[in-house]
Amino acid sequence: MKRNWFSRYTGIRNRGINPKGFHVSQIKFYVLLLPLSALMLLPILFIFSSAFKPPDELFAFPPRFLVVNPTLKNFSDLFSKMSNAGIPVSRYLFNSILITLVTVAASILVSSAAAYSLSKKRFKLKRILFAVNNVALMFVPVAVTIPRFLVIERLNLLNTFWVHILPVLAMPVGLFLLKQFIDGIPDEVIEAAQIDGASDWWIYWRIILPMIQPALATIAILTFQAAWNNAEISTLYINNESLRNLAFYLSTLTTTATGANAVAGQGVAAAAALIMFLPNLIIFIFLQRQVMSTMSHSGLK
Amino acid sequence: MQTEVSSASRVRVVEVPHEGGIRQSFQKWLYREGSAYAFLSPYGLLFIIFIVVPVVAAFLLSFTFFDAIQPPHFIGLRNYITLLTQDDTFMKYVLPNTIQFAVLVGPGGYALAFLLAWMLAQLPRVPRTIFALILYSPSMTAGVAMAVVWKTLFSGDQTGYLNSFLMGLGVINEPIQWLQSPQYLMTIMIVVTLWSSMGIGFLAMLAGILEISPELYEAAAMDGMSSRWQEIFYITIPSMKPQMLFGAVMAIVGTFQAGAIGVTLSGSNPTPQYAGQLIVNHIEDYGFLRYEMGYAAAVSVVLLLMVLFFTRIATRLFGSDT
Repeated sequence: MKRNWFSRYTGIRNRGINPKGFHVSQIKFYVLLLPLSALMLLPILFIFSSAFKPPDELFAFPPRFLVVNPTLKNFSDLFSKMSNAGIPVSRYLFNSILITLVTVAASILVSSAAAYSLSKKRFKLKRILFAVNNVALMFVPVAVTIPRFLVIERLNLLNTFWVHILPVLAMPVGLFLLKQFIDGIPDEVIEAAQIDGASDWWIYWRIILPMIQPALATIAILTFQAAWNNAEISTLYINNESLRNLAFYLSTLTTTATGANAVAGQGVAAAAALIMFLPNLIIFIFLQRQVMSTMSHSGLK
Repeated sequence: MQTEVSSASRVRVVEVPHEGGIRQSFQKWLYREGSAYAFLSPYGLLFIIFIVVPVVAAFLLSFTFFDAIQPPHFIGLRNYITLLTQDDTFMKYVLPNTIQFAVLVGPGGYALAFLLAWMLAQLPRVPRTIFALILYSPSMTAGVAMAVVWKTLFSGDQTGYLNSFLMGLGVINEPIQWLQSPQYLMTIMIVVTLWSSMGIGFLAMLAGILEISPELYEAAAMDGMSSRWQEIFYITIPSMKPQMLFGAVMAIVGTFQAGAIGVTLSGSNPTPQYAGQLIVNHIEDYGFLRYEMGYAAAVSVVLLLMVLFFTRIATRLFGSDT
């Protein structure tokens, strides 16, 4: 009996990649990973903790990391606040939500349609176009901020709702991941539908989209992060305060707050930071299984 | 292969043979490839407008003098010559900073991501998922949101968390202006960027390691392979080259993309004594603060070339052999 128990955790069975249970050889990984992940978790914990701190704890000396008397005051302060331009904070939040929803939906449609075409349709430029997209994986948007600005200006997109959405939709990583995932669907499935007289649109809508849901979830997350966390577009391309988003508002809290304003602003900024972070986390927790299954198709050859 | 033949024969049956003519051949093309382009076009259009055109425009503008008021005029290679010979800030601060930052965050963060993924892959499912979530979650934070956190943690007076902590331990006697002092800014930038660098590249590598067939390891063990390092270099990495390459590209892009961090942390562009000035900040400095857009475009082109160069190295290392 004793021997069985012992060999269960020391034998060959749970060693190596993707084990089913605990094994003594894993102890060394826990020893390394536990302190590291605790350290990495600190700033995240700090967001949560300071969002609920009352003012005397925010400025306590010596500073205390964790909140003692949690309060929702920072949140009520945040939503009763007006920005310097007289726009209520709820307006920024509303803009962020609307922009993000439209961007995610549009990105899923636009990228998956293109990925379907690049994966399953036959045309001469197919390989070249996919190669171009692969080169664009290394595109660094900040490098071309200025020409992008000029393009957006020419297209009369400055100070419009659409400038939040359109630039984010051209996301080479998204197309790449979707295309790789669709490659995994056997051609026979599509041919069978074609023989039954299905149109391209029907195949895309009724066969491809339902079969690539994990990849769509991944694209949704990536687009969500790109849109929700984006303060740059509001800063560069928008002058109209009522069209800017929450990320932008948060950036004004941290850069312009000085003196007495900084004291009043810190709790509010902490609450806003939590509102910025939480949706990312929740969505990822719900979709992490799908993300991992998409990622196993992510190889770049 | 089989599918190609079957569809080609189907097309031939439906097509009505006509005598030549551009219109006819266009219609033929439309029939054969039209729907493929129809599905592709929304993305293609956005891709051209927001990626291709800006890159081409940056390239063209880099040969001009352009101050955003008058139309650009051609000055040949002068921007590049100035960049290489007269831009002291670039040569003295921006380039060395960028290289230091890029080497530590790029390959450093990449190696770290691989090692972490490798360790996680050897844990059972539940702890693995929890650790992966913790390590990935920093990459979900927005730069603007984290500015609040860093500014409080690294605050320069004695109420700052790091100062208070170190003074409590007796390591330092008086508070340090972490974010304003040239000595520390770069280190903090690197730590903060590494903290948030376990992104989708990390997830891709984790998935890649988990996909490797266990038989490979068993076969190697039978052939007498005993060390873990041998396993990593002869089995794990070669079996997941595509994911390694994807991770590398994501690491390179992430590194250069993260350039704004110094300005975010210190709250000023240029950063104090140019200590945290990276190439991205240099572009912004010239483009949006001095309105020398032609010159800024030349710096952008240099940045894009750097990304291209590093990606080529990664492709050399992990690319498919064909």
